[in-house]
Amino acid sequence: MSKKLGKMLAETISSLFKKPATSSYPFKKREIHKHYNGKVAYIKEKCVGCNMCVRNCPAKAIFITKIADKQFEATLHLDRCIFCSQCVISCKFGALKNTNEFELATGDKSKLVVKL
Amino acid sequence: MSKKVVIPIGPQHPALKEPASFDVTLKGERVADILVKVGYNHRGIEKACEERTFLQSVYLVERVCGICSHSHSTCFIQAIEELANLKIPPRAAYIRSLIGELERIHSHLLWLGVAAHEIGFDTLLMYSWRDREIVMDLLALLTGNRVNYAVNVIGGVRKDVSEEEKDQILKAVDILEERTKYYVQVATEEVTLIERLSKVGYISHEDALKYGAVGPTGRASGIKRDIRKDDPYAAYGEVDFEVITDDHCDVYGRAVVRVKELMQSYSIIRQLLKKLPQGPLSVVAPRLIPAGEAVSRYEAPRGEDIHFVKSNGTDKPERVKLRAPTLANVQSVAKMLEDGYLADVPIVIAAIDPCFSCTDRMIVAVNNVSTAKEDRMDWKTLREFSIDWYKKNRGVDFTKLKKLDK
Repeated sequence: MSKKLGKMLAETISSLFKKPATSSYPFKKREIHKHYNGKVAYIKEKCVGCNMCVRNCPAKAIFITKIADKQFEATLHLDRCIFCSQCVISCKFGALKNTNEFELATGDKSKLVVKL
Repeated sequence: MSKKVVIPIGPQHPALKEPASFDVTLKGERVADILVKVGYNHRGIEKACEERTFLQSVYLVERVCGICSHSHSTCFIQAIEELANLKIPPRAAYIRSLIGELERIHSHLLWLGVAAHEIGFDTLLMYSWRDREIVMDLLALLTGNRVNYAVNVIGGVRKDVSEEEKDQILKAVDILEERTKYYVQVATEEVTLIERLSKVGYISHEDALKYGAVGPTGRASGIKRDIRKDDPYAAYGEVDFEVITDDHCDVYGRAVVRVKELMQSYSIIRQLLKKLPQGPLSVVAPRLIPAGEAVSRYEAPRGEDIHFVKSNGTDKPERVKLRAPTLANVQSVAKMLEDGYLADVPIVIAAIDPCFSCTDRMIVAVNNVSTAKEDRMDWKTLREFSIDWYKKNRGVDFTKLKKLDK
């Protein structure tokens, strides 16, 4: 076995002339993939209130409430949501879908419970 | 002759990323004895599974480990599918294997960086973690998440791989292969790395067998065991690959095994994509899982992962038992460190690629059998006992807190 001292030296020197591998995030936004499991979106018109999403949610993060006849409202607890998108699969009527929204951090706890 | 000194390493220690405690008895600068203590990160996942439906448990089990999440979820789902007698479509099996291999690449690159960091070779840490971003991006593209992919559903997978994505995977794998070739070169030629890792954390073939070492730790001691080969699951029966072993038996051997396994993973991914059959992604799974017991095995990046699931015919599991690979490997660490230097302790521990939160499945209170009944306390008695204990042993008076009691 040939032992060479400083095998990585050439690589190290060439790195001096390369662009940084990191990106300056808040100023330069990353392109998010189309199938990203971000915050779920709720399409009111399609919801029939079957509650399958509520039943299957592993984190008890989503709730559907009846506001009027055949009219429903979804409440999402962002602090509980684990972004598995099981609710999207469970919904047979296409009332829930994934979005690319992922910048959901906030300093105010009350903002983590959202009406969709 | 110097006297023996006991140094506690952990539970919070800069060299270990997770809480685990090692009581190292030193004789001079050499390790005379080591006591491994785990159990600092017990989360009660097994018990929590019993309160959730099978469907919800999948997501919980996936969160046993942040790195081999797909391993745990596939292993658990395989057991459920065996109970429910479901046969997943071939395309689903291929996609499971594909994500599994991408996860192995991500885990091994992560290990390479951590190990390099432990020996003060931070240049390699930066390089390998930069390259790991490529595979993390691929996983985000394919599954929608960087970790905890949630790609498995009972009876198959949920996300498909399109032709366009196939191209992207192949392109990324080409770049990664190029980079890994460079790491193989570094691992086999860089003199500082070889000198630092050779003869460190030695465990002979016999001892590795005796202590039940699994995965790359065992394979670096010449144990040719790989669940992908021995008991093929998902699509591993249909691809051709080699089980990498090494006879160095030390940390260097473990590094070589992992780097070479990366090369095998690239080859497996290419074969999987080439053979990817057409067809549905999943079969319909029942909500109620028939009564029975099943054991499932999976070759996680760290070694053999075992899941036991018992169902009583309802929609919730009656008992879930997981054995993460680190639990099998952690005892061999004590053997590896015997007569080694104190300075080698972090890298030897890191060399088994430990994942302590995966390991901490349960805490057993060792009771005297005759007094076992009295040892069982309800919440109130336990609280009073702890207040008394602190007063007597530590001189801390908590009685004022009693007013908080309702």
